[in-house]
Amino acid sequence: MAWKRGRGVAAINYPTGMNLGGDPTQALVHSTPTGNFMVTLSSVDLGQGLRQVIAQICAETIGVPTEWVTVDTADTDTGPHCMGTFASRGTHRVGNAVIRAAQEARQVMLEVAAEELEADAADLETDGKGNIHVKGAPSLSISIFETALAAHFKHGRSISGRGMFLVPRSYPETETGAMKPSTCYAHACTVAEVEVDDETGEVRVLSIKNVFEIGRALNPKMVEQQLIGGSWMGMSHALYETTEPYYPVRDHGARDFNEYLMPGPGDIAETEIVVLERPSGDGPFGAKGPGEMCANPQIPAIANAIYDAVGVRVDTLPITPERVLRALRAQQAAA
Amino acid sequence: MAKIAVQFTLNGSERAEFVESGSTLLSVLRDKMGDTSPKAGCRQGSCGACSVIVDGELTLACLTLAETSNGKDVRTAAGLSSGDVLHPLQRAFEEEFAAQCGFCTPGMIMAATVLLERNPNPSREDVIEAISGNICRCTGYEPIIRAVLAAARSNSVAA
Amino acid sequence: MKLAKTYFADERNDDFSEIGQPLPRTDLRGHVTGRTVYFADRTFPGMLYLKMVRSPHHHARILSIDTSEAEKHPGVVRILTAKDVPQNLYTILILIQVGPEDEHVLAEDKVRWKGEAVVAVLAETERAAQEAAAKVKVEYEVLEPVLSIEDALKPDAPIVNEHHGRNYYLYDSGECRKIRFGDVEEGFAAADHILEETYQSSPIEHAPVETTGCIVVPEANGRFTCYTNTQAMFFTLDNASIILQMPGHRLHMVGGTVGGGFGGKVDVIVEPIAILAAKLTGRPVSFIYTREEEMQISSPRAAEKIVIKDGVMRDGRIVARKVTAYVDAGAYSRHSPYGAQKAAAHFPGPYTIPNVWIDSYCVYTNRTPSSAMRGFGVTIADFALEVQMDKLARLIGMDPLEFRFINAYRDGDMKAHRQPTEGAALIECMQEASIVADWPVDERFMAMSSRVREG
Repeated sequence: MAWKRGRGVAAINYPTGMNLGGDPTQALVHSTPTGNFMVTLSSVDLGQGLRQVIAQICAETIGVPTEWVTVDTADTDTGPHCMGTFASRGTHRVGNAVIRAAQEARQVMLEVAAEELEADAADLETDGKGNIHVKGAPSLSISIFETALAAHFKHGRSISGRGMFLVPRSYPETETGAMKPSTCYAHACTVAEVEVDDETGEVRVLSIKNVFEIGRALNPKMVEQQLIGGSWMGMSHALYETTEPYYPVRDHGARDFNEYLMPGPGDIAETEIVVLERPSGDGPFGAKGPGEMCANPQIPAIANAIYDAVGVRVDTLPITPERVLRALRAQQAAA
Repeated sequence: MAKIAVQFTLNGSERAEFVESGSTLLSVLRDKMGDTSPKAGCRQGSCGACSVIVDGELTLACLTLAETSNGKDVRTAAGLSSGDVLHPLQRAFEEEFAAQCGFCTPGMIMAATVLLERNPNPSREDVIEAISGNICRCTGYEPIIRAVLAAARSNSVAA
Repeated sequence: MKLAKTYFADERNDDFSEIGQPLPRTDLRGHVTGRTVYFADRTFPGMLYLKMVRSPHHHARILSIDTSEAEKHPGVVRILTAKDVPQNLYTILILIQVGPEDEHVLAEDKVRWKGEAVVAVLAETERAAQEAAAKVKVEYEVLEPVLSIEDALKPDAPIVNEHHGRNYYLYDSGECRKIRFGDVEEGFAAADHILEETYQSSPIEHAPVETTGCIVVPEANGRFTCYTNTQAMFFTLDNASIILQMPGHRLHMVGGTVGGGFGGKVDVIVEPIAILAAKLTGRPVSFIYTREEEMQISSPRAAEKIVIKDGVMRDGRIVARKVTAYVDAGAYSRHSPYGAQKAAAHFPGPYTIPNVWIDSYCVYTNRTPSSAMRGFGVTIADFALEVQMDKLARLIGMDPLEFRFINAYRDGDMKAHRQPTEGAALIECMQEASIVADWPVDERFMAMSSRVREG
């Protein structure tokens, strides 16, 4: 009787956005008189940090520092329609809508600056620090602060933009199922290493090494936190979680966090994350949705590692010690 | 229903309220005193989101009768910083990106505060033990463990 | 975390000033100081508390409802039953034309799962609401329940939901969403080995630390402000508008920071009844799930059953894959017909297989309705697919990682749902994993690319 080690691998992909499309998001962007920018949305931040990533997307597009951008969201009186925060669609759909709104606002901003500089708007560029200047002639410059003031008080112009992003809805073909589920896919490959106690069926996850391809890491620290948390949830799904441990029997349903099992801080695995970026054709700066797929590959990788360790297959989730032990007993009985 | 008086120090200020008999410390803090930093995640002592510090002890406000706090010193996450100056734990949680939805964060920081007050140089195992009564569904705990250890290091450097 | 910048460098312009920067999250300051406002961090004078009377049976006919004792309970202000709800019959996805309406806000004639909402009690305190709810008397005639996918699909099974008239969702393609690509039987006939295996899962709860809920405030101008932690503001507004038969301009949804969602907060369950309660009482109403309700009443991730039959060649090529997948939707559709359809599109996984047959069923049982969760339609499918891949590799004596390289999809490959592959990166993920996990594979696999097929 002993702890036995094994490792397993899994590779997956994941569609970005609501399956089959047809899920619009709209955004509004406008500047204040002193050249700060407001993004107005009805999208919801579930804690993944949508507001922060949207601020960075807007800032990059307009050409200002991120701290100049304020995101006002989740209010149906002020924010235009968003289908919602689900299906790994936040960054991709909302980000695209914000880029379009910000581009329109930027265009007005450059037109006002062009009038002030007596130049052609097409010849202007931003320095990302709050200034607009003529390409190749940095001395012909005006600050965005001055530009916004001029737009408001002198030119009577609104530095604002509307953005809309909609992947047209695809309808599956009845007989063949031909359809377009998504416009871009994220990818992952995970290797898990486990130890299995062949006396009790207990599984310890020693390490989880995840490689994720997500199009573009718009804010790498936020990507990292999402991927670490997702990797934990994958492990949790593999070994612990269910509301009904003896499904389809409805007894023994978990009612609280004492009965609904998840790995605690003492149960977590050593976790490694590598991120690859193959920009998607239609993502904001190439980004895809990483939020859901990051919790998927650990589940089969752990299942495969358990087989590698003790030679039994548990094909029913979650892979509890009871199930592992029953499989080990069956294996012994067959031998 | 009969009302009873509760009176205690909340983050350094003397506070008193008449509340319904049987009220929990959590409901008094949130609904009567306007300190919503302790969160109601389960109201049965299984998630830790309501954690506060009463006379130096980590306390689940949802399972504590408010009147038992009479005359005591109650501290919450809302009282941890002084103005713009963050507590080292708060700073470390920011720097380590140790929060996502943030709902468990105040309770988690309370648990870590009691740990560091008693053990300024905790090991990783000490940190794990200290936060084991607090559920987090977003982070996978690793960033939180790192943040608490980083706060302990920054404290010892400062001292 | 390591950013592996060498992969696909020629496809990227990394010349940005804000994008790609690890900037601090501005919302973290609120989180660490406890000042972030969640919907429940508000109290309003005169606020009422809503508690549900729920079905104790999996499947039963409602014979009578007697609220007289409950109404006399001190602190009770109002009790709501099905007849108070203007448009009691609804389904969430009707907004995108996925019907039929199959669920009641408050149960009318029958209950179809243990925990279904029957009567809503409004009282001055949570305790009074809870105590009064226990005094509501509902008389039931218990009916035979259908609790598993297998039982639901038996020819003589009791009907779970009369609005469907059968125990599965009827797609335009029939009893399941189908994908037909190549000739799967021909593929099996040509294969060196056949492997058919069954995978299953139990329901999984999102378990956000903040439970589902809302607080509704009737405003002086006749509008209703609903502070909610929904994941979809207009989805909630539009469904509430239909259920309440109230023009949308009278509804104002206010979100903010949500204390974790994971897909659990896209069902529109708490808001319509709370808005109705605020309308009928003229007072603010709080309806927040207890932890037990979050665990057992809110929709879980569905239990699934997935049967995969593969034909594989000795050289590692999968030549045919047939998948029959069943999603246990519970008693009502919610988002499940969509999820089962998403699963169909996801099979056969990120591999290029010439002959594919997919049948994906959305099955009704007398269980807690399941719905969306992180990885909806895909998470359990990936478990099944990738364990199957491991078994296939071992069956033909091949390294499991190398086996995946042989079958990995590449740009231009036609998928089973007849879209050409674009932007593939599975091979590169596996190459990097081979390095990071010290799991060496043959050099021909390390030389592969998602962008071109060698030879």
